[in-house]
Amino acid sequence: MSSEKPTLKQRYDRLMLKHGRVLVIGLPYLWLMLFFLIPFLIVLKISFATAEYAQPPYSALFTWIDEGVNITINFGNYLFLLSDSLYISAYLNSIRIAAISTVITLLIGYPMAYGIARAQGSLRSVLLMMVILPFWTSFLIRVYAWIGILDREGLINALLLNLGIISEPLIMRQTEFAVYIGIVYTYLPFMILPLYSTLEKMDVSLIEAALDLGCKPWKAFMKVTLPLSMPGILAGSLLVFIPSVGEFVIPELLGGPNTLMIGRTLWNEFFANRDWPIASSVAIAMLLFLVVPIMWFQHIQTKQEENGQ
Amino acid sequence: MSQGALQKAHEDVHKTQPWNNPEAVPFIRFENVTKKFGDFYAVDDVSLDIYRHELFALLGGSGCGKTTLLRMLAGFEEPTAGKIFIDGVDMAGVPAYERPTNMMFQSYALFPHMTVEQNVAFGLHQDGLPKSEIRTLVSDMLALVQMTKFAKRKPHQLSGGQRQRVALARSLVKKPKVLLLDEPLGALDKKLREQTQFELVNIQEKVGTTFVMVTHDQEEAMTMASRIAVMNEGVIRQLGTPFELYEYPNSRFTANFLGQVNLIEGTLVDDDEKYAVIHSDDAGGEIYIDHAVQGHEGATLWIALRPERLRLLTEKPTDTKYNCLSGKVEEIGYLGGLSTYHVRLDSGFRIKVTEPNSSRHIEPRYTWEDRVWVTWEAGAASVLNQ
Repeated sequence: MSSEKPTLKQRYDRLMLKHGRVLVIGLPYLWLMLFFLIPFLIVLKISFATAEYAQPPYSALFTWIDEGVNITINFGNYLFLLSDSLYISAYLNSIRIAAISTVITLLIGYPMAYGIARAQGSLRSVLLMMVILPFWTSFLIRVYAWIGILDREGLINALLLNLGIISEPLIMRQTEFAVYIGIVYTYLPFMILPLYSTLEKMDVSLIEAALDLGCKPWKAFMKVTLPLSMPGILAGSLLVFIPSVGEFVIPELLGGPNTLMIGRTLWNEFFANRDWPIASSVAIAMLLFLVVPIMWFQHIQTKQEENGQ
Repeated sequence: MSQGALQKAHEDVHKTQPWNNPEAVPFIRFENVTKKFGDFYAVDDVSLDIYRHELFALLGGSGCGKTTLLRMLAGFEEPTAGKIFIDGVDMAGVPAYERPTNMMFQSYALFPHMTVEQNVAFGLHQDGLPKSEIRTLVSDMLALVQMTKFAKRKPHQLSGGQRQRVALARSLVKKPKVLLLDEPLGALDKKLREQTQFELVNIQEKVGTTFVMVTHDQEEAMTMASRIAVMNEGVIRQLGTPFELYEYPNSRFTANFLGQVNLIEGTLVDDDEKYAVIHSDDAGGEIYIDHAVQGHEGATLWIALRPERLRLLTEKPTDTKYNCLSGKVEEIGYLGGLSTYHVRLDSGFRIKVTEPNSSRHIEPRYTWEDRVWVTWEAGAASVLNQ
């Protein structure tokens, strides 16, 4: 056997046995490299350039002079972000709106997730299905639907006017209120699903044990259920918070002209002002802002895995 | 009551046998308790008295209603009908967190986010005891279950046996009137289980609490309990001390459930004041019983014969024509301490006999295909009519 030449199939099997794991992990990473890391580096590069009336509309980072490389790094964009209060308040506003939305989503999502996790088998799948159902329609269409609901001539106003509850239409669209509605509505499933999965795994006898040891139901919840569902709360909150900070579509379509969020600022710099370097530095700064909570989350998660929870 | 008095009170349960004393006041009382889940009767009209200091076992297979009964005592389920009293107080509408009971869960249900110490202290904090007192009680309790060394560990850093001890400590530390144990040793391996059985009994003797235990393991119930209720399909089939249940089963069900038994069907042919004779086609012979049997002649009865009460002989006994069945050794199981023989009787019925291997160097006396006679004393058989 050993002296014979291995067949193609055998060679393939041997290769897969040896390198299969590397391939399985490597391919997605290659994909991420190509379509995330490289574009990121390009944006990073642009953020260190200066705007020019040219094609492309920014200065080159590397210029070739007499067989040498001349690197021109311009930190001016970042300094500009700090000096102009527009950017700082856009960042702070984004974080504020995202944080408030996250809290509202958590307050609505937690009881829902709890209810679903404690529901009987078949009902539970139906309820879960209903949480996921909105994903079958495009996100954009669903936000447009909210315009139809919240508008001056929208559904709510029409209903209230017809019932005679109000005499003047309520201004709901193009307010921060509408932005909260949009974000909470859109990201609620991202809160419910991780919460559901932690709550569903939780042993009901733990709550019974707490009751048995003298806790009233509310206290049993605070002392046992809540701390044990922390991983779900964290995961859900970050899944809502992170994309909310950079949200563009919802504030653009539902928010008013005063709803200043970083996503819109970025869009304006890029498309209205055609200032690619500033737009790029806004994007990089936002990324840095968000890396901190992500790293923190990772840290907590590894700690919990070490604790075997 | 001092520790010594408590311990004495407990030991006395076996001697005083309050269940045989009509004057004795039961500590826990189930009065016609029924629990329905939908159309299913989990517990069907159960009445039961349990006395102070007992270690009472509810024994049965899965779905027999034993756990539901325990959970109703803990307050996790409300009876559909009937009443439950603990120490004279009607438990109807009393929530779990106000009952004088604590439960040791089958899964132990230790709080994974708390240390051993915090787990044990949890119930005491709910009572609002001062911190210094909690510390003393917790450390005393951890010493009792020999877990002092592990006080700072989290549950996932403990072995199964250690978790079991923490769960016990946590449920005992509040000094409940009744400790409920749901399959307390179910998650332990055999060796550890046997050792822990005795430890649990010792701890119960030390603290003097009334224990109510649910188990599916008849050996566990026999070793530990003062009395056992054998349950099936939501009803108590028999109630008694381990001895009573083993020696005087009231039905084929309990005879089968506790230990091993040969059940032989027969017809009553002669019933006197002092004795009875039963003819069995199953066994192919006449069976002599040394007491009267309640039943008319011709009635169908079952004889329960424990394998260890049977003897094997190589020669046909000449002194009697009763209780002597011939057959061939079909299978032999050598278990070290004893050997099990399966004998195929001439009637075709297979009977099981165990014999102790009480000395070394002696080859088993019987081998496959040997012709043997199975005999027993007149008092060894119990007669069942259901």
